[in-house]
Amino acid sequence: MKEYNILIAGSGGQGVQTIGKLMTEIGMENGFEVSFIPSYGPEMRGGTSNCGVNISEEPIASPLVVTPTDLVALNLPSLDKFESTVVPGGNIIYDSDLISRKPARDDVNYFAIPFTSLAEKLGVRANMLVSGKLLGVTGLCAPEGAESTIRALTVKRPALFEPNMKALRAGYEL
Amino acid sequence: MSDKILMKGNEALAEAAIRAGCRFFFGYPITPQTQLPEYMAKKMPKIGGTFLQAESEVAAINMVLGAASAGVRVMTSSSSPGISLKAEGISYLAGSDLPAVIVNIQRGGPGLGGIQPSQADYWQATKGLAHGDFRVLSLAPAGIQEAVDLMGTAFDLADKYRMPVMILGDGILGQMMEPVRLPDPVESLPEKPWATTGTKGKRKHNIVNSLYIQPEALEEIVRARYERYAQVEANETRVETWLCDDADIIVTAYGSTARICRNAIRAARADGIKVGMIRPITLWPFPSETYAAHVPHTKAILDVEMSMGQMIDDVRLAVGNAVPVHFFGRTGGVVPTPAEIRARIDEICKEA
Repeated sequence: MKEYNILIAGSGGQGVQTIGKLMTEIGMENGFEVSFIPSYGPEMRGGTSNCGVNISEEPIASPLVVTPTDLVALNLPSLDKFESTVVPGGNIIYDSDLISRKPARDDVNYFAIPFTSLAEKLGVRANMLVSGKLLGVTGLCAPEGAESTIRALTVKRPALFEPNMKALRAGYEL
Repeated sequence: MSDKILMKGNEALAEAAIRAGCRFFFGYPITPQTQLPEYMAKKMPKIGGTFLQAESEVAAINMVLGAASAGVRVMTSSSSPGISLKAEGISYLAGSDLPAVIVNIQRGGPGLGGIQPSQADYWQATKGLAHGDFRVLSLAPAGIQEAVDLMGTAFDLADKYRMPVMILGDGILGQMMEPVRLPDPVESLPEKPWATTGTKGKRKHNIVNSLYIQPEALEEIVRARYERYAQVEANETRVETWLCDDADIIVTAYGSTARICRNAIRAARADGIKVGMIRPITLWPFPSETYAAHVPHTKAILDVEMSMGQMIDDVRLAVGNAVPVHFFGRTGGVVPTPAEIRARIDEICKEA
């Protein structure tokens, strides 16, 4: 059975919630059961922000993501807080521009990617690169599987469809 | 494309209310339910409805009372401390036999408490919401689709029994997003010949009132109301049972907590431990008979709540001394994990 429990964490403003909602929408579009839960409260304002996404072939029981199969950490406090919660054999994707310390575990797969500088170089949004990488690491779907979702999200500004798909593809291939 | 859309619980509740014919919303913001009034503020003016942010919760519930008197579908929403402020008005709604829907997206308490998810308002919702002999029909959805479906039910039951109906959720339900299939908007609403809509000189005027100075008159009206409550108990109890038939241990929980328990139960079943679940959907009326029916073939019950243990009182009343009733709870906004619940199941296995 395919089941992904994804935790995405970073600073307020990095697009953490956007990545989470996007993955949830893509999961739904690809026929999976999904749930999304944000952290809420004062910690979001300028501090850390996180959200949990469940994508599964079976109905989602708990919407909370306590032991993620996949973690995205976009700042050091997020990696410090959640690194130990990932299930053995799980994946940790992190921004190596913003996190310089070495990984602490040898039973998970790390993907250290300089998202911030790459986004600047490619002229795209870092959160879309991260989303693309997350599609690749989880194997949820190829970027084409996200096309209908991206199209729906850019329906009012169709000019943004191609740049977003470009960033998603670039992230997927990282 | 699927016909399901991804919606946040608070927003889905608001949209479902509108589709159920609600055209009046009075409220006051409070975390974690504020997206519900926000949605109403955006949508109501576009469909000829009224959204009004009152100066306080007390004002909002009294606006609900006024609108309900005029026979329209009306609701308010809040979170725990705000519901306490609305308590007086809810008693007046009950005492005036008025239908209205009240949403409580619970947060940690008592006092201002916290803003994270909690279920510590169970007693309030089911027993002592405010002064006087009265009941509130309380519905406890465990997911967003169920919340949407129960919103229509809430308005229908409120109208049918002329009583306030509460949807009791928590911060998880309010904040999370899930795919939902929204119902079609209702086309016709029940007649309300008792409503104070103006006589146009053609009939005797209607009176909406909760003041009865003569004790005999008040007793009579309260007794008549309790006959309706007996009908509610007989006809409107809702409950979900899951894997109970062969269960040695029955976990019982409502709302979001039941979702978390489901993970623990799946894990226990995978290890060959026979665990099932009873999930009350109506908290009042409480599905006592469902518990009684399962007592003869189970060894223990585990009640799990995001509180210090409130629903457990009703569980104990339902099962008596037939089987031990254990408890696991987290409170103050701390959410129990599947692993913690699983550990409690294992402990009970050893004791049994």
